[in-house]
Amino acid sequence: MKYIIAIIQPHRLEKVLSELDNSEIYLRTVTQVMGCGRQKGVTEVYRGNVEHGNLLKKIKIEIAVNENFVEPCVQALIRGARTGKVGDGKIFILDLPECVRIRTEERGGLAIG
Amino acid sequence: MNRKILWLALGLIFFGAVPAGADAGGAISPADTAWLLICTALVMLMTPGLAIFYGGMVRKKNVLSTIMYSFFILCLISVEWVLWGYSLSFGPDRGGVVGTLANLGLAGVGMEPNGTVPGLAFMMFQGMFAIITVALISGTFVERMKFSTFFVFTLLWSTIVYNLLCHWVWGGGWLMKLGALDFAGGTVVHVSSGVSALVAALVIGKRKGYPEKTIRPHDLTLTVIGTALLWFGWFGFNAGSALTAGGLASLAFVNTNTAAAAAGLTWVFFDWSRHGKPTVLGICSGAVAGLVAVTPAAGFVDPMSAIIIGFGAGVFCYYAVSALKPRIGYDDALDVFGIHGIGGTWGAIATGLFASKAINPAGADGLFLGNPGQLLIQLAGVAASWVLAGGATFVLLKFLDAVMKLRVTEEEEDIGLDLTQHSESGYTVLE
Repeated sequence: MKYIIAIIQPHRLEKVLSELDNSEIYLRTVTQVMGCGRQKGVTEVYRGNVEHGNLLKKIKIEIAVNENFVEPCVQALIRGARTGKVGDGKIFILDLPECVRIRTEERGGLAIG
Repeated sequence: MNRKILWLALGLIFFGAVPAGADAGGAISPADTAWLLICTALVMLMTPGLAIFYGGMVRKKNVLSTIMYSFFILCLISVEWVLWGYSLSFGPDRGGVVGTLANLGLAGVGMEPNGTVPGLAFMMFQGMFAIITVALISGTFVERMKFSTFFVFTLLWSTIVYNLLCHWVWGGGWLMKLGALDFAGGTVVHVSSGVSALVAALVIGKRKGYPEKTIRPHDLTLTVIGTALLWFGWFGFNAGSALTAGGLASLAFVNTNTAAAAAGLTWVFFDWSRHGKPTVLGICSGAVAGLVAVTPAAGFVDPMSAIIIGFGAGVFCYYAVSALKPRIGYDDALDVFGIHGIGGTWGAIATGLFASKAINPAGADGLFLGNPGQLLIQLAGVAASWVLAGGATFVLLKFLDAVMKLRVTEEEEDIGLDLTQHSESGYTVLE
């Protein structure tokens, strides 16, 4: 089992979620985060003070998958999130030793869903 | 040297004007003046109130741009009004169509009485109506209209549509001569903005993802605050249109509150019965619909009729918003047509049904008091508003689309208008 964390541009979220749906990956957790990589952010101006963002708004998506869904998940994320510009984001793939469904106490691959 | 001349000139104008005003003070009623000035301030507050009402209903990434439309209009039309707007609307009549530019730059508008209040007070009160009418339209094109094009459109629409219609109905134009009754702006404000919004929605097109994707209000608490400011300000809008402090203003006040309440209840009960739960957005929408509908009738009908007018607003506007809009498929994002267009049309018609000379001798009797003629006159007024507002808006938008494009790009629409049009964010994430 693997735990996949993707950091993406907020305005790509809709596309990413629909690509995940197309790949039959329906279980996910989404949070709003601040982050930066090499991207220059959108400029904000307050009463003439110009701020070039260094921490930018991003979206984090977390998905637990069985081995056979890892590559489809990664491809779906890339298809949804890629714009070709700096700032598209990153995908981290972690090993997931155990997973439990709270309602039924199922474990392992069954619990992933 | 130039500075000194400027201050001297201003001083002469100011101090020169005061004695003249005081001499002509015989006809001025302090009570009416105080009342009208307060009402002017109340109606002014409705525009920022509208900004907040709309702001809560859009997505977080567009909240500032939505508010900016209304606030910018407040500044823009405030200046337009004192330059040429007032003159075109209320200046000496030319052919029943428009006022002349005799009052350009407020020439001839001073402390001398216009009725029982200083001319400046009447002018300013009317100016607040011009401002909010244009601001209402913005609810239809939120989340996708380019700010620069919006600025030009607003200025042209106000000059061509509002000033003309205002003159027709209130400024001595042909609808006024025909006897059309519009106490505080059913046609001038609500039908005009509502129909213009419908045309704008059709010309500008739908937001990306509409209607398959549900676009949710990001903060309904803002919408509630906005509704409260609108309801409160509407007392100034309707009761102030009596232009006097006394019985007529009191009647308009009572009709305003009663219709708003009846419409709010009606909408809530529709929500409750059709979807199982009464909603906050429903009661807010209903109350506003009721306020819209009673606007043309407020000083011509009795409170029992106001209940029926409010109920009707709840029914017709609820239908327009929940059934008509999805069926036809236009993206009137914040239901300007459904609430103001339909509500104002119903209100103008209802005036032709319920108006009573016994209540207001300056008005007329409606259908239910044995005078079907008034209903026909009301329909003429409504039709004229639809044609002027709809037609002019269509031409203006088509022209502006060709010259400067109406919509932001798809990427800008994705990122949000706050950042792309204004370089600002409504809310921060960490601090």
